[in-house]
Amino acid sequence: MHELSIVQSIVDSVTESLARYPGACVVEVRLRVGALAAVAEDSLQFCYGIAIEGTALAGSRLAVRHLPVVMHCARCARDVTLEGVQSFRCPDCGELLGEMRQGRELEIESIGIEEAPAGIPAGIGDQP
Amino acid sequence: MTTRIVELRQGILKKNDELARELRERFTRAGVLVVNLVSSPGTGKTALLERTLRELQSRGQRAAALVGDLETDNDARRLAASGAPVRQINTHGICHLEAEMVGRHLDGWELGGLDYLFIENVGNLVCPSSYDLGEKIRVALLSVTEGEDKPLKYPTLFNSVDVAVITKTDLAQACVFDRSAALRNLNEIRPGIRIFETSAKTGAGMRDWLDYLCAQRSVALAQG
Repeated sequence: MHELSIVQSIVDSVTESLARYPGACVVEVRLRVGALAAVAEDSLQFCYGIAIEGTALAGSRLAVRHLPVVMHCARCARDVTLEGVQSFRCPDCGELLGEMRQGRELEIESIGIEEAPAGIPAGIGDQP
Repeated sequence: MTTRIVELRQGILKKNDELARELRERFTRAGVLVVNLVSSPGTGKTALLERTLRELQSRGQRAAALVGDLETDNDARRLAASGAPVRQINTHGICHLEAEMVGRHLDGWELGGLDYLFIENVGNLVCPSSYDLGEKIRVALLSVTEGEDKPLKYPTLFNSVDVAVITKTDLAQACVFDRSAALRNLNEIRPGIRIFETSAKTGAGMRDWLDYLCAQRSVALAQG
């Protein structure tokens, strides 16, 4: 159960990024999570609800995009997507695969922010 | 109000990864081979390490250990009996070690005076897989008493390691341990994984494990 530490890192990173958008509030945080990232979405969502209270992220939604494991198969000379994480064999030729292309991602892809309408000084400096 | 999407594309564990990278550079400069040991509680990390520290020292090698647990310094005291420098990291509830904890517990140690540094992680087969500690080699332990299907049950961790050590082989017969199934499962989850089979009690398999560590250190020194 390290999801609370992970969520705390998300809150810290987003709060840091938000400094570039004064007056803006966060409505959504989008994550990319690989099948081998060792985090459970239920726990993430549960911890997220707790961790965002009293922060600039309060009331925002957490959207998780799950990414399957993609390995390179030298025999087939192409990247192949695995159905699960119970076997690291090429689904086409059966070769055991060691070269990973995707699957360990644990990233904040983007945030959705709401900014004050034009004309209100809070919008100043909203360029990254 | 209009919603605007701001691309971040940022690793969630970026801070840990940056600290781990700095540690790895520091370890490389000092010429110390760092090994991160992960397994479930009770697999025998401390027993393997006790014997490893003793035997490396009798080979004239200088080894130290950091050992992680939620509470108590029992393991540090056990390991210190080998004569090696040992420090306990108590995480007080956190289920894994992080690079920052490792860095903080190195204060005052002259890394250049070490050949090997072992980091015994908190006993847990899930969370330690996400945290880089700056190690050169990550090792998963699997005891014969746990069952051959551990790699299939915990693929995220077993897929993240370089080496597997099957421990407590002296108990294999009593546990009706299916060795070929264990080897097959490890290879299925981490194709090409290097596997050692040891008993810290009888010393069986220790020579291969120690020879491997010595060879890895030579390789690391040549690369560094």
